[in-house]
Amino acid sequence: MQFETESFPKSIDNSRLGQLMREVLYALVPGTLLMIWFFGWGVISNLFLAILFSLSLEAIMLKLRKRPLRPFLTDYSAVITGWLLALSIPAFAPWWLILIGSFFAIVIAKQLYGGLGYNPFNPAMVGYVVLLVSFPVEMVNWFAPVNNSMASIGFTDMLQLVFTGMPDTPEWDAMTMATPLDTLKIGLGLDKPLAELTQGKSFGVLAGAGWEWISLGYLCGGLWMIYRKIISWHIPLTLLATLALISAIFWGYDASTHSSPLFHLLAGGTMLGAFFIATDPVSASTTPWGKIFYAAGIAFFIYLIRVWGSGYPDGVGFAVLIMNMAVPLIDYYTRPKVFGEARE
Amino acid sequence: MSQASYRKITQEGLWNNNPGLVQLLGLCPLMAVTTNVVNGLGLGLATILTLVASSTTISFARHFITPEIRLPVFVLIIAAVVTAIELLMHAFFFELYHILGIFIPLIVTNCIIIGRAEAFAAKHTPPKAFWDALMMGTGFALVLLILGGMREVLANGTLFDHAHLMFGESARGLAIHLFEDDKGFLLAALPPGAFIGLGLLLAIKNWIDAQQVQRRKAGKTATTATLPVTSVSTE
Repeated sequence: MQFETESFPKSIDNSRLGQLMREVLYALVPGTLLMIWFFGWGVISNLFLAILFSLSLEAIMLKLRKRPLRPFLTDYSAVITGWLLALSIPAFAPWWLILIGSFFAIVIAKQLYGGLGYNPFNPAMVGYVVLLVSFPVEMVNWFAPVNNSMASIGFTDMLQLVFTGMPDTPEWDAMTMATPLDTLKIGLGLDKPLAELTQGKSFGVLAGAGWEWISLGYLCGGLWMIYRKIISWHIPLTLLATLALISAIFWGYDASTHSSPLFHLLAGGTMLGAFFIATDPVSASTTPWGKIFYAAGIAFFIYLIRVWGSGYPDGVGFAVLIMNMAVPLIDYYTRPKVFGEARE
Repeated sequence: MSQASYRKITQEGLWNNNPGLVQLLGLCPLMAVTTNVVNGLGLGLATILTLVASSTTISFARHFITPEIRLPVFVLIIAAVVTAIELLMHAFFFELYHILGIFIPLIVTNCIIIGRAEAFAAKHTPPKAFWDALMMGTGFALVLLILGGMREVLANGTLFDHAHLMFGESARGLAIHLFEDDKGFLLAALPPGAFIGLGLLLAIKNWIDAQQVQRRKAGKTATTATLPVTSVSTE
């Protein structure tokens, strides 16, 4: 059975596409700035390398596929992929990690499937998940979020971390910290009470220390995109509402072992995923009802993987890829009726 | 059906109609065991042996097998051969036998073997059936070997590790360690690595074929088609 796949960006011309993508980048700025505030130079090195590698690999693949370079490089799609990948991986990631991530995102997930508009999976999430599965040690090396962290780990430290890796000394080790979701996963696995875990230093006022503000930054950018009509409300709202609903049910059932809906909304990659990753027009569902099923499915899998998934504290990347696979089926069953078509 | 020449049979088995890359048969063991070269080689050799023994036997018996009952007879012959090979491996390559596990008895269900029995051995003389089985088996084993090599290098940074399981203690030195770090690319050893790796091999094969077609076209227009058209493979 052959499903028709809708692809969004083919239908609009290139300058309009570039403008849309540029506005997505503007919307990423508040969250990114907050992330730089808490994680410092490492976020800048991630962004620089990921965007550099993504653009270079995109150019090489376009050359190999004998496609024109200019329109495809200036539509900002590779920049967004690199940018999202950079925000998903730990700050100060070594250069080769970013290179492999960008390779799988741009070459395998995007260009080998036919380039922009034809990729069934979100490229940035393919890159992220490949890294998560392949390099678990590097991918959990998160530094503790500290205020104005650019002052505490300097530019030269960044160069050392990125190009030679982290020295195996206690001073550096002390600067890394389990993320809030990690803490919960390990702690609850050991039957520790939730109330005790959330007193730990990785937790802040609303959710995870540092992370809560970064998430709110993404939320602001996301709301601005909805206001500017760059994305529709269907996916982010359904995703956040479903996640809140599921977590509220379990929280109401037993608040001593299940975190609050607020925590789930502001932890890990929920906000980034809801507004910037799940809404990717190419790999997401295209019909209004389809978007709602798609987003609800993502929320369901995020909760499932976060709470019961073995080994992985967050599930946004996996959830998005699983639902990407279901998109042709969802679109098939939710196609809007053509005007004048008879009711069956 | 015309009797194929040995040259043609060789080309078909190794390249044009390669079981792993063109017919896409036997993908289950192909992906499951190729986490390193030695596993790939072990299963590849077992498959060649099975294929050669069953195809030749079936070719000898082809005049006695009536079409109505041919499939049960093929299955019986193949099953007998696989059982013998399993017992042999159990006796002489015990550790490799354990690593390959269920995939040795599962050679019975490998579509390549019944496929060659039905499509070739039942219609050709024993020498040709033998050669076809050997070439098809070698083609399959080469894919196993290359995929196993790719995945072993990426995931562990080694080649021919555990070679002693197959060739005895003296082969321990065959193992090549390309990088000592435990920074291997874990995905390559996992199932997605097999799918991506095979996908890349298929792409490379098709790309080479496309290049050849283009070159032939270019050559043909240059010599204004004075050369006879080379035989086009018929499936």
